[in-house]
Amino acid sequence: MMFVPGNNPGMMADAHIYGPDSIMLDLEDSVTMAEKDAARLLVHNALKSIDFGNTEMVVRINPLNTPYGKKDVEAVVKAGVQVIRMPKTETAEEVRELEAEILKVEEEIGVVGRTRIMAAIESALGIVNAYAIATASPRMMGIALGAEDYSANLKTNRTPGGAELLLAREQIVVAARAAGICCFDTVYSNLDDMETFRKEVELIKTLGFDGKSIINPRQIEVVNSVFTPTEKEITKARAVVAAIKEAQAKGSGVIAVNGKMVDRPVVLRAERTIALAVAAGVISEEEAL
Amino acid sequence: MRNSKVVSLEEAIKRSGLQDGMTISFHHHFRGGDKVVNMVVDKLAQMGFKDLKLAASSLSDVHAPLVEHIKNGVITGISTSGLRGALADAISHGLMKEPVVFRSHGGRGSAIANGELKIDVAFLGACSADELGNATGYGSKSICGSLGYALPDARYAKHVVVLTDDLVAYPNMPQSISAADVESVVVVESVGDSSKIAAGAIRDSKNPRDILLAKQAAKVIINSGYFQDGFSIQTGTGGASLAAVKYIREEMINRGIKASFALGGITAHMVKLHEEGLIGKLIDVQSFDKVAAESISHDPAHREVSAVEYASGQHLGSATHALDIVILSALEVDTQFNVNVLVGSDGIIRGAIGGHQDTAADSALSIIVCPLLRGRIPCVVPKVTTLITPGKSVDVVVTEYGIAVNPGRPEIAEKLKAAGLKIVDIRDLAAKASSIIGTPDPLPFGDQVVGVVMNRDGSVLDKIYNIQ
Amino acid sequence: MVTIGPGEGLQIELQSSVAAQFGRQIKAVITETLEGLGVKDAHVEAIDKGALDCTIRARVTAAAVRATGKDVWKD
Repeated sequence: MMFVPGNNPGMMADAHIYGPDSIMLDLEDSVTMAEKDAARLLVHNALKSIDFGNTEMVVRINPLNTPYGKKDVEAVVKAGVQVIRMPKTETAEEVRELEAEILKVEEEIGVVGRTRIMAAIESALGIVNAYAIATASPRMMGIALGAEDYSANLKTNRTPGGAELLLAREQIVVAARAAGICCFDTVYSNLDDMETFRKEVELIKTLGFDGKSIINPRQIEVVNSVFTPTEKEITKARAVVAAIKEAQAKGSGVIAVNGKMVDRPVVLRAERTIALAVAAGVISEEEAL
Repeated sequence: MRNSKVVSLEEAIKRSGLQDGMTISFHHHFRGGDKVVNMVVDKLAQMGFKDLKLAASSLSDVHAPLVEHIKNGVITGISTSGLRGALADAISHGLMKEPVVFRSHGGRGSAIANGELKIDVAFLGACSADELGNATGYGSKSICGSLGYALPDARYAKHVVVLTDDLVAYPNMPQSISAADVESVVVVESVGDSSKIAAGAIRDSKNPRDILLAKQAAKVIINSGYFQDGFSIQTGTGGASLAAVKYIREEMINRGIKASFALGGITAHMVKLHEEGLIGKLIDVQSFDKVAAESISHDPAHREVSAVEYASGQHLGSATHALDIVILSALEVDTQFNVNVLVGSDGIIRGAIGGHQDTAADSALSIIVCPLLRGRIPCVVPKVTTLITPGKSVDVVVTEYGIAVNPGRPEIAEKLKAAGLKIVDIRDLAAKASSIIGTPDPLPFGDQVVGVVMNRDGSVLDKIYNIQ
Repeated sequence: MVTIGPGEGLQIELQSSVAAQFGRQIKAVITETLEGLGVKDAHVEAIDKGALDCTIRARVTAAAVRATGKDVWKD
């Protein structure tokens, strides 16, 4: 998910060219208070007029307890945004408040149920309430970690190894999976250190995250290459899925691939690998069947 | 020394027999740091000359003072590869009665060699010269490397004046301009600003769009069928072109492929590949930076070439005829693959033909790399504002919204599709551009022809009208 | 950059890097946007560097909101 400041029309117009899976237009931390009103209009008009192709469009609004939040909701829902990202979420109640605001605007224009919600968790309390937040509304599509504010809230610093984020990351993945929604890791801001960035992406993939937030198109290639299954992994996955289909056709209960027993977790992992490969465009949907 | 040709500029001009109405010439190897053109024309104006024709290999922003001389009737005709800045703006608004004649580098070389462009007096700046006139692109105050664009002038002009700020002992060897071709040598305080003549190597672009375009261009080359051991290549100096070299290099190393030569304006990037053993020889008509300039002076596999030997369409032995792949940029490409590199979308002259027509026509695979839009200016359009390079010479257009292949090269489209690249119809690209920025209003052109674009064979390709 | 002040009718002063190609269109977007906001009398100074129509609409609306003190969004 690529972050794009909502006060930069040039960047907003170009962002989709680089092929990010989703674009997040930001009205919150990257926009000064003096420019909140202008940025809101820029984002509203950009969403209405620019052809973003198949890219999922997300807007990070200001919290509802600021003078900006409610107007942000009205502006972006009326522009047809797909997901609203709420910053600094700490309780399920906050999610329900946002949901009510969204519903108000959707009812006004007759598109009830269209807008979904992603909650960014950026504090200790938020982590404690992660599952409650993840299940607070049927509109919840994902939760994400905001490491800068979170580590400050913990009264510590960010480190390259990310030890201070261990619990938060695992908690978010666990809560997301328990709730059946997606989970996203935080941004990495040093564009000149692609090595460390790659290691971080590899780590969070292992932890189980669905994706990573990025701040520059140059980071897209690294994320895609880490998350895209290798040819070897795809071949193995297809063998497993083929074996399942064969077994099902024969009515047999036990499946073996290359002499090894294959049980349900292995099958699920294989299906996920194929889904990732299709999403990355490495194999076509027909080839996946 | 005996027989020294060193004289003052004024004396050199007197000796040249220059008269009103005659043609003088200059090269542009000093780029944005040039002082020679302004210095000489100022002196000619002072001496009372009028109606002179100025044949430069190219002109840039730094030549704005010519506007005054044109107004005063000192210069009444210009031929060049390009115009920029205040001079270009003034000419686009109708400053000159006689249209400017635009030729490619190869085209100018041909015209000088076959007599179509007759030069009476060539004023050639050099970084060093000896008292008999052996001149080079190396001196104690500045270096520019290759003097390729000056060589046809040196050889064919009736009278040659070399200007230098570094007079050295005879013999100034190895020479680019031979003393045998030189009539006078003038020593001046400075021929140019050395920091603008040859700067350090251009840093790699961090612009994500340049990187995206570069990667796409590299993929086109790698999958074109021309990426084989012994291939040859030429690139421009835009951010995307230079970055493409980086990605091509990676694949060259992966596959163990080497290039036989690189041609044209040589940059530090090409020198680096050559020194790594990835490019056999460097054929240099213009050394773009310090690294390239220094490389010629000590590397026998890196040689200067004249504009004629580089790109003349009328000399079948010119290097472009051996060139496989060229990466070029464009101001505009239209749905017939015609290219404009000279006139902006506001109708004002702001570029140069350079070697565009020559390399596109003679090379086996010509690739244009350009963004779909530059701000609100479309680069893929229904029809170019001015035709510089005809569409039949252009094979592939790479934009960040997709790659278009000339219908005349179906085998290339097949190969690229098989490699998984997204090939689109160029008309869809033009439509995409206008769907984003709207349709521009027609430009306020007048009836006065301010520029004539010549084809390589000496025929007129297009006319440029004044902007009101 | 758009500044809106009091005026009679809609007076638009446009400085644009693409004036020849898009000046007319840009002025039309500015007029359309202001009329949509119910603004009939204003002096508009716009300095454009090649912005898309949607950006111009946003900037004109923002300037109008700041000038009139009336927001386009509810509170």
